[in-house]
Amino acid sequence: MQTKTKELVRVEGLKKHFKLSGGGLRKEPEQVVKAVDDLNFSVYEGETLGIVGESGCGKSTMGRLLLRLLEPTEGNIYFENRDITTFSKQELREKRREFQMIFQDPYASLNPRMTVKEIIEEPLRTYKEKQAERSKRVQTLLDAVGIPESYKNRYPHEFSGGQRQRIGIARSLALNPKFIVADEPVAALDVSIQAQVLNLMKDLQDEFGFTYLFIAHDLSVVNYISDRIGVMYLGKMVELADSDKLYNNPVHPYTQALLSAIPVPDPTRKKERVMLTGELPSPVNPPSGCRFHTRCPLAQDICKQVEPEWIEVEENHFAACHVVKERLS
Amino acid sequence: MEDVLLDVKELKTHFKTEKGVVKAVDGISFQVRRGEILGIVGESGCGKSITSQSILRLVGYKRNELVSGQVLFEGEDLLTKKEKNMLAIRGSKIGLIAQDPMTSLNPVYTVGNQIAEVPMIHEKASKKSAWQTAIAMLKKVGIPSAEDRADQYPHQFSGGMRQRGVIGMALAGNPSLLIADEPTTALDVTIQAQVLDLMLKLRDETNAGIIMITHDLGVVAEICDKVAVMYAGKIVEQAPVEELFANPKHPYTKGLLKSLPKLGDKERLQPVEGQPPNLNDLHEGCRFADRCPFVFDKCHTEHPPLFSTDSNHRTACYLYDEEAE
Amino acid sequence: MIDFWKRFKQNHMAVIGFVIILIILLTAIFAKWLTPYDPYEMDPVNRLQSPNGEFWFGTDQFGRDIFSRIVYGARISLQVGIIAVGFSFIVGTIMGLIAGYSGGWVDNLISRITDVLFSFPDILLALVIMAILGSSLNNLMLAIGIVYVPIFARIARGTVLNIKDSLYIEAARSMGVRPITILWRHILPNAMAPLIVQITLSFAFAILAEAALSFLGLGVSPDTPSWGIMLSEAKDWMELSWWTAIFPGIAITLAVFSFNIMGDGLRDALDPRLRNEKS
Repeated sequence: MQTKTKELVRVEGLKKHFKLSGGGLRKEPEQVVKAVDDLNFSVYEGETLGIVGESGCGKSTMGRLLLRLLEPTEGNIYFENRDITTFSKQELREKRREFQMIFQDPYASLNPRMTVKEIIEEPLRTYKEKQAERSKRVQTLLDAVGIPESYKNRYPHEFSGGQRQRIGIARSLALNPKFIVADEPVAALDVSIQAQVLNLMKDLQDEFGFTYLFIAHDLSVVNYISDRIGVMYLGKMVELADSDKLYNNPVHPYTQALLSAIPVPDPTRKKERVMLTGELPSPVNPPSGCRFHTRCPLAQDICKQVEPEWIEVEENHFAACHVVKERLS
Repeated sequence: MEDVLLDVKELKTHFKTEKGVVKAVDGISFQVRRGEILGIVGESGCGKSITSQSILRLVGYKRNELVSGQVLFEGEDLLTKKEKNMLAIRGSKIGLIAQDPMTSLNPVYTVGNQIAEVPMIHEKASKKSAWQTAIAMLKKVGIPSAEDRADQYPHQFSGGMRQRGVIGMALAGNPSLLIADEPTTALDVTIQAQVLDLMLKLRDETNAGIIMITHDLGVVAEICDKVAVMYAGKIVEQAPVEELFANPKHPYTKGLLKSLPKLGDKERLQPVEGQPPNLNDLHEGCRFADRCPFVFDKCHTEHPPLFSTDSNHRTACYLYDEEAE
Repeated sequence: MIDFWKRFKQNHMAVIGFVIILIILLTAIFAKWLTPYDPYEMDPVNRLQSPNGEFWFGTDQFGRDIFSRIVYGARISLQVGIIAVGFSFIVGTIMGLIAGYSGGWVDNLISRITDVLFSFPDILLALVIMAILGSSLNNLMLAIGIVYVPIFARIARGTVLNIKDSLYIEAARSMGVRPITILWRHILPNAMAPLIVQITLSFAFAILAEAALSFLGLGVSPDTPSWGIMLSEAKDWMELSWWTAIFPGIAITLAVFSFNIMGDGLRDALDPRLRNEKS
């Protein structure tokens, strides 16, 4: 999967800025949250691209932009070389069957008043599949995600979190999509259930060849499921590489800190920590220059003023950091 | 055993509901010594949070809440104490750090005021000296420019700082036992690392005993000295932390460890199949029996007691019942 | 659903309300067989008879049997209630759904209209509408219906605003489900609980409003057996003949009271905070 195969999604200069309007009668200066700020990357067919970052880094916003659930402020999203940001509502609706989403919260993402069958059928109904066809498909899908078919007339509240997430996955697979954005699909689940769902997603990918964009805050989960990983910090991508490379040879100081901050379930491994000082800055008026400079142990003067470029450190390994660039030249 | 700080014996917390008795905590025993960090680890609904609430007597007041057993804290049974005496213990001798720092701080008082309240209530300290304590506590938990920060409201603090504030509040009464209920779950990992580091530092400084309740085996490995693994209201395995990770005995603990994705390791996860049981509908036998790959007849009829496999490693599983061989 | 019944049954007052409403409903349906006399038939010989074995609730100033008129009055009250509340429920809910889901200027426009309607006292607004439309039973129902539109619109809008940002709505959008389908299949069913409660409460108001407007002479034609008209006519006689006022009064009170307590019971039984969804 590591070799570059066909490009399925290409993102160019993607930005999403939210305006916070000044409160009420007093005219306060308008503030802008740069939730996603100038992203460039590609997703290749059949791979899993993991996106990892802490709260406020814009990873969920980015996932929604890719599916045009949010309208980008700037930039282009190419799906099979066609720019979906230029699509009309009608074109977009037709195209939606090819890209689907798996949501974080399996409690909130299923309509409490619909049965499992109705929930999974809904995408099929939307694209006018025949009744007989739909029933057959529901059966196949339930089988694929490991929910007994006899449960199809039950309501979501009769299921546990893990089972609900399976139902959510079945729904997103119903139309046989090419591209699936999974937004923290296991964050709400217990470890043993989380592992079941991760394995299920892997198996389904092997069987049907889906392409995943897997968004999570937990680097060990992302590392497990992804072929490549992108690390985000305050709306920017700071590093992107094959997952093994990112783990063994992270170049960006933020990636290094993130890796060393993860508690490892091995008490004998007392490791050297790159402890980050300070708090996560707010994405409203983020720091100038490199956004990480306020917490970066390697920060220099240039980092405070100039935004680092997105450079290819080695083949298929990208990073945005002045220090790394300097080291290279 | 002079330094045993907390000795919990056969603690049971049951809730009577319309659908039957929910055995949230069902006969657990453990000890915490001074300066020791005990991790109680388990998945949601295993009873780990109810355990902490039972120790602090935050449950057991309503008619449908039944708490029994013994909770010996510094030699005295908390379960038989009057509420008035409990009030004096909570927040001073036993500090609680809750999961969500936003809800454990009152939004309408400054952080300094809330911390100062602790010595004012428990030690009848003067306003001035209490304020000094508050500032000292904020400094202790690593909040920069503590004098100014003490005058700010919780919403002016970031998530990590709020949790530091809560820890400061828990420390203000100079507790000998700290109960931390998922203290870092709401925090980002780089902030979590800071908070865990802080807790270790504080343990070394104050020699308090800490009960660390968490679902994250990584957190346990990082800071705990010994671990109790809970499953469906029971402790299924108890051991020093190195021993537990090197040599897990109970099939559930093993499954849990195999479910965990490890960095840099892409070997396929081997999750525990199935779902945890319903706590109001438990059969007599081992509660893990329905999901256990090693299950045999006896597991379905009788719950296994804790068998010692090593001097301080105990496992509630018939696989380790030596007399049966 | 079973859970809902269980909780509803626990509220004894609500069950009493429900039973009384059922009785009123059956009375209205089987009025023909329940009444000893024709409610319209005048009988000058037996004017203002006090309650006795022959005329259970007595007779009015034209000798009409009060019991029969009250039984038939249930028909008018329920008819007004069903049609008026039905009108306000349908119109108000649609307005609220559209306002809440589309947002922007549509929401602003609809919200301002409801605000204007809200700023008048109920009865006064109904009076104005009746004055414009002229008095007839149909206009009466329409007037009451219009008065209660803003309540439904506001409740529907509020619930939609709550639900519209749910993940399952976003999920539906991500699958390309059309907005109208989202409104109909996802939002409406989840917004029904507070609307159902409001229906029962508005029913009580509607019955009261019909009585009030009829009392003021703006409702149905005077010979119609309506509880309001009976009360209105009785005002000249009640010092002499208490029964002409008491029985229609009791009928109105009972009906309004039962709808109110049933509404309260429904609200408690449907309250999602009491429901253990996540168990």
